[in-house]
Amino acid sequence: MTKKITIEPVTRVEGHGKVTIYLDDNGNVVQSRLHIVEFRGFERFVQGRPYWEAPVLVQRLCGICPVSHHLAAAKAMDVIVGAGTGDGLTLTGEKMRRLMHYGQIFQSHVLHFFHLASPDLLFGIDADPAIRNIIGVAMKFKDIAVQGVMMRKFGQEIIEVTAGKKIHGTGAIPGGINKNLSIEERDRFLYGPDPMNVDKMISWSLDAVNFFKDYHKKHRELIDTFAAFPSNHLSLVRKDGAMDLYDGVIRAIDTDGKKILHDVDPQDYLKYIAEEVKNWSYMKFPYLVEYGKKDGWYRVGPLARLNTADFIPSPLAQKEFEEFKAYTNGKPNNMSMHMHWARLIETLHAAEMMKELLNDPDLQKDDLVIKGTRVNEGVGMLEAPRGTLFHHYRVNENDQITMANLIVSTTNNNEPMNIAVRCVADSMISGQKEITEGMLNAVEVAIRAYDPCLSCATHALGKMPLEVSLYDSKNNLIDKKRT
Amino acid sequence: MSEKIKFTIDDKECFAEKGQNVLDAATDNGIFIPALCHIRGVKPAGACRLCNVKIAGRLMTACTTPVESGMEIENDIPEIQDLRLAIIEMLFVEGNHFCPACEKSGNCELQALAYRYQMMVPRFPYEFPVKEIDASCPKLIIDHNRCILCKRCIRSFKDENGKNIFAFKKRGHKLQINIDEKLSANLSDEMAQKAMDICPVGAIIHKGKGFDEPIGTRKYDKVPIGSDIESVV
Repeated sequence: MTKKITIEPVTRVEGHGKVTIYLDDNGNVVQSRLHIVEFRGFERFVQGRPYWEAPVLVQRLCGICPVSHHLAAAKAMDVIVGAGTGDGLTLTGEKMRRLMHYGQIFQSHVLHFFHLASPDLLFGIDADPAIRNIIGVAMKFKDIAVQGVMMRKFGQEIIEVTAGKKIHGTGAIPGGINKNLSIEERDRFLYGPDPMNVDKMISWSLDAVNFFKDYHKKHRELIDTFAAFPSNHLSLVRKDGAMDLYDGVIRAIDTDGKKILHDVDPQDYLKYIAEEVKNWSYMKFPYLVEYGKKDGWYRVGPLARLNTADFIPSPLAQKEFEEFKAYTNGKPNNMSMHMHWARLIETLHAAEMMKELLNDPDLQKDDLVIKGTRVNEGVGMLEAPRGTLFHHYRVNENDQITMANLIVSTTNNNEPMNIAVRCVADSMISGQKEITEGMLNAVEVAIRAYDPCLSCATHALGKMPLEVSLYDSKNNLIDKKRT
Repeated sequence: MSEKIKFTIDDKECFAEKGQNVLDAATDNGIFIPALCHIRGVKPAGACRLCNVKIAGRLMTACTTPVESGMEIENDIPEIQDLRLAIIEMLFVEGNHFCPACEKSGNCELQALAYRYQMMVPRFPYEFPVKEIDASCPKLIIDHNRCILCKRCIRSFKDENGKNIFAFKKRGHKLQINIDEKLSANLSDEMAQKAMDICPVGAIIHKGKGFDEPIGTRKYDKVPIGSDIESVV
């Protein structure tokens, strides 16, 4: 008799997903899948709209990291209005966008670590679900919960002064930005009362990195072996190899650190990356064309970025980066739970970059937009909090969008998340006589490490709304249990 | 000097020039009566019906009704307010008004009225009509999804040579604004912006200008529609 376990919905991730695990007669896992069960359709209904609407329209994909879509679409439109890529914008235009982006990275990473992931670390994967949530954290670890809330607020307010609104702003427009940063706005962040200033944010980010390192020392086996598997890694890097979350060239490395995609221009991404469709999920499976569907899949996100980058261009984060790299002797880090470590180092980097930008007088200048010769096609790429984000548009002579292709960060991590689920299912569920809630949460912990944004935010608090269904070999439901 | 006449709106004593319409007279007395089709100085059309007021127990459009001496007008009463809200709701459900991605958001009079009248969920079902976008003009886009057929553009916009470039085409529920392809091809940027500004919604869009006005500086970001009129007296 085949047994089917369904985890639906997967909780403490952004969006709706479910996991199915099939067991054979002996309780061994024969198949496991992460299904994305929602359908959005943005690529279709953006067609026919004027191109300058795209950055504002497409960001509605998400309420957690809309800035990523806003900026990726704006970058594609920069190409279309002839402003070029990357440093083609005015200094104020590019730096305002960078500030917006680092505010976004900061708040999103903080949200994930403090609100979504920390309950698993602070209480344990198999702790009572009634306390294993952000409310439980707020009750027992008040300081950590408050830090998480205040750090997120800081990032959101950076977004507000650059994009116009904390969520779904309009700041980035084709060829630049629609506002600069006033001295008053700047001083709020540089010299705001404790804790709402950028120095405190850097200090708290450093504390968070140290918290994780301490946790790692105490739980080395869990952090180093849980859902660890070899993979390729892909991200943007600056042309000199530095980590750059806003702009750069595409680099991919294999599991040994060998470059398999050599710093190519994002405008040419279609030459190197393709997507496979599978009939059991609305999420596609991207892969490197040269290596095929079987071997060409890759990981994106904080772990991949720390693996592909040669260095981080901010001093405190660079110091942490060196320690991170030393842990694997300079080789790529393939441990899923180290994603948290990498994410917190990036949080520190984002805080340092915000400080650098806030001190930059270019943000007070008035040269906001640049335009050149209009073309009909553009690609905008950046490193969103969850990984590499691709936006590709074609526009007709009447300024209407005729084609849009979006490969979002979580899509890039589709295969890795499925493999992570399989790793955990094999190691923790296979052959067990009894399937506990803790075991099923372990599957979710593996998915959560990738901070997937399955669409707009949806969070289940309190008792995990987990439904387990048992099917016989003819797919008849024989038992159903809701915890 | 023209003759002044006396009348009341909601029992408030008001004065007007003889021959003025009720809407303009109310405005001059610091009383806001909403309208989406009316432009002062342009012959009223009574198209949007939002300016309905009650005179001697009858509903009358304020823009097309001349004010008379001793007239007693009811404006800010629950019946009228609900009627106006219903009309706003109808305008929303009859078109495809997606404020989140509309560049007129913050400057849109329909959106501003929906806020002022606290529209939540429309009482009517959404029609989600299939509408087209006419983007063939080099300077303008006509987005029929957002057009409320108020005729402001037809009645008040002329190109540099004094010629009308907007007109109605088709009939009944298929009625839509048409833009003269040849004449509109020569519009200057300044005139294209003027056409966009005349439109109370986001149906006429000046190409390539989208979202260049930051949130916080748009017309209705800080104050509700009508507050400029109400603050005068």
